[in-house]
Amino acid sequence: MHALDTKAAMGGWSGPTLVKVAGLSDFAAGQLPIERMALDLRMQAGAPTSSALAALPWAGFLVDEPEQAPNGRPWVALPPDGLAVAAGDAIEVRPETHKVARRYRRGGNNNILFATERCNSFCVMCSQPPRDIQDDWRVQHLCDLVELIDRDTSQLTITGGEPTLLGQGLRRVIEHCAAHLPQTHIQVLSNGRNFGKEAPASTFVAPHPSLIWAVPLYADHYALHDYIVQSSGAFAETVRGLYALEEAKQRIEIRVVLVKPVVARLPELARFIYRNFPFIEHIALMGTEPTGFAKAHRDELWIDPADMQAELTEAVEFLSARDLRVSLYNLPLCTLPKPLWPFAKRSISDWKQHYLPACEACEVRTRCGGLFAWVTPEWTSRSIMPIKETYSCASH
Amino acid sequence: MPSADFARVVDKELRSDEPLFADLQARHLIMADAATSTLAPLLSQYRTRKACIEHGPKLHIFVVSLRCHHTCAYCQVSRQPLGQSQFDLPGDAAAHAVERLFEWPARDLTVEFQGGEPLLHFERITSLVEAIEARNRHEGRNIRFVIASTLHDLTDDQLAFMRDHRFELSTSLDGPEWLHNANRPRPEKDSYRRTVEGIERGRKVLGEDAVSALTTLTRRSLEAPVEIIDEYRKLGFHSISLRPLSPYGFARKTETRNGYPIGDFLRFYAVALDHLLSVNRSGYFMEETYGRMLLGQLLTPFSHGYVDLRSPTGAGLGAIVYDYDGTVYPSDEARMLASMGDRSFALGRVDEPVTAWLKSPAMQRILAAGVAETLPTCADCAYVPLCGADPIDHFARQGDTIGHRPTSDFCRKQMGLFDLLLERWETGSGSDRQILESWAHRATRREAQPEVEAA
Repeated sequence: MHALDTKAAMGGWSGPTLVKVAGLSDFAAGQLPIERMALDLRMQAGAPTSSALAALPWAGFLVDEPEQAPNGRPWVALPPDGLAVAAGDAIEVRPETHKVARRYRRGGNNNILFATERCNSFCVMCSQPPRDIQDDWRVQHLCDLVELIDRDTSQLTITGGEPTLLGQGLRRVIEHCAAHLPQTHIQVLSNGRNFGKEAPASTFVAPHPSLIWAVPLYADHYALHDYIVQSSGAFAETVRGLYALEEAKQRIEIRVVLVKPVVARLPELARFIYRNFPFIEHIALMGTEPTGFAKAHRDELWIDPADMQAELTEAVEFLSARDLRVSLYNLPLCTLPKPLWPFAKRSISDWKQHYLPACEACEVRTRCGGLFAWVTPEWTSRSIMPIKETYSCASH
Repeated sequence: MPSADFARVVDKELRSDEPLFADLQARHLIMADAATSTLAPLLSQYRTRKACIEHGPKLHIFVVSLRCHHTCAYCQVSRQPLGQSQFDLPGDAAAHAVERLFEWPARDLTVEFQGGEPLLHFERITSLVEAIEARNRHEGRNIRFVIASTLHDLTDDQLAFMRDHRFELSTSLDGPEWLHNANRPRPEKDSYRRTVEGIERGRKVLGEDAVSALTTLTRRSLEAPVEIIDEYRKLGFHSISLRPLSPYGFARKTETRNGYPIGDFLRFYAVALDHLLSVNRSGYFMEETYGRMLLGQLLTPFSHGYVDLRSPTGAGLGAIVYDYDGTVYPSDEARMLASMGDRSFALGRVDEPVTAWLKSPAMQRILAAGVAETLPTCADCAYVPLCGADPIDHFARQGDTIGHRPTSDFCRKQMGLFDLLLERWETGSGSDRQILESWAHRATRREAQPEVEAA
């Protein structure tokens, strides 16, 4: 789910165009050439615009009706109940498919730079199944996009596919982030398999003031990890990759997706991480996202969070007692024992986040990360229930 | 692992689909599939464990005076009477020592002032601190100052100076008043009272955590494990160090009076450990530092960095002693041997460059016997990854740097403590295990700071 897009009516666009949606403040800020911005003429955008402003060399116009656009200039009209686009966002207009995709959302909590559809793993629960296509064009595309992103954006995620398959291209994207977004925290989701091999970690390591590599490790035992990522020898490559990143003085996070066979050896994995990767900065234990390949393997993968409390508690307590920072992602509070609540993060991207009817009466809903929007009953924990905090105050 | 399972492993009867097989593979005890698994973590574990040798000595001991007002029978450094100023570190030697300090590459340096009683030559301490800090303005090292002192006659001016330079105090407290005064005679018979006063004044000015104490155990002390620990608790300490006597200095001469077989120490330690666990179970945290370091080595991936328990040895690689007469030693033990007349472990003089010390015959001799993994008996020992080499100690006790493990007190002490701690960890209650683990993790957090030597 790397992009949100929609069919849209449009006219006058000559080819795929990446533009920033300009409000008046963006125009006034003057950080981008007018040619790289689209002026928002929709009613929802507020005040009517003067014809002098519209006469400037905008890349195009966002309109409700085609007539709003100045004669002969490119325009696009989004369907009223489709994709939400507002000032500051970056959109891509694709006239050949009559589609508009939102590539950046101002104020969004999890904007991504989608590096490639290719991957060298084939994880059983992959939420973004890979395709073996040549998409190196994305390097230039991402560099263009980075220039359209607000400089005060707090965080960006470079993901795929496997971003390191871009080789030097990934380095270029990171360097571009360093030049244009030096204050933005960048996390790169990579399986780390390329770092210890022919391409040394330094191939990808470009200087950015705040960059962390988030690498999945699913087991202390190679056979289980290799099964999860459906690739023989992957465990050894990832392990060597983690050491190569450490040697290159990189910050590293380990990510663990809590599918059933992984949970079975979770305490052993926690011990393995502490013993062998004590330099890790953060460990994220993540509920499964029920989309992509995960849906096809539901029976092998699904474990109700209510049934993983013992393993989860043991692993979290083991790691945190040893000063390793650990977080729980994608797990609603009502599925967790209360001592683990402080570790739970509101991790689901705003546009994917969802609550169930049962959550209406819950008193901790505002602290809870909720569920993935596409959750179905068979991926829903039996322990989803509204939490009443009133009686628990006695313990304070 | 139950011994029946262990036998199946050794006899190669363990089936590859058993969970134990996977456990042993994940811990690199079995290698079944070299093509798809990896031993890279073992290399990393080794690197992490030995990381303390990477940057050279962190602990730098400056002996500012050999004078002392005590007449302890077990004194390890052969102190000198109060009036003898020829036993003070002179200014030119001190200036050279500061030069040498910054020749070492370590980012973190602990500068420890020792004696005798270092407070008796406090003007040298102030001049050294000022010279070191002036030099450090462009060196940018992290420097920590420690003073190993009885804390007697500590003046307000001295305390103010220590506060301004963020000193830590390390003192000696042997136990309750009767024991401390018997061990540490002063003509006035008030050593205990003066030390406790010094501790309280130090805490008030420098902060609660800035004062630590070490225990020296005489034969008398071995009768009183519970009383010693309760005394530390009464005084609000959360850390205690229970160390047997070392065979140096006056201790060697008085061995028949104060000494004891190492088995007696181990029996003492077992009682002390049980009492410490019960103190901790009652809700008062108190660790034993030597046990903490051994457990840290066992239960964490890190090394404690304690200079007397490293392989390669910490002598000259982890610590350097700048003696009052300008001689440089690789450890306190080497200086103590010299005070008994054997100067063969002197590295050189303080006006020679550090590289000359490292090339000295003394350093070659230490290094040749300084890697535990290569020493006879140690090489085959299950505990060697947790243990260290101490060539100078073996020389002092056995007349040979390599030494003979079956008759080595060092080895007996180590084996005895490993056995005891592992047994308590393995058979103890859940809460005992938690207590011992909390000691180990504390060791990890303190990794950067070398353990200081005793006053």
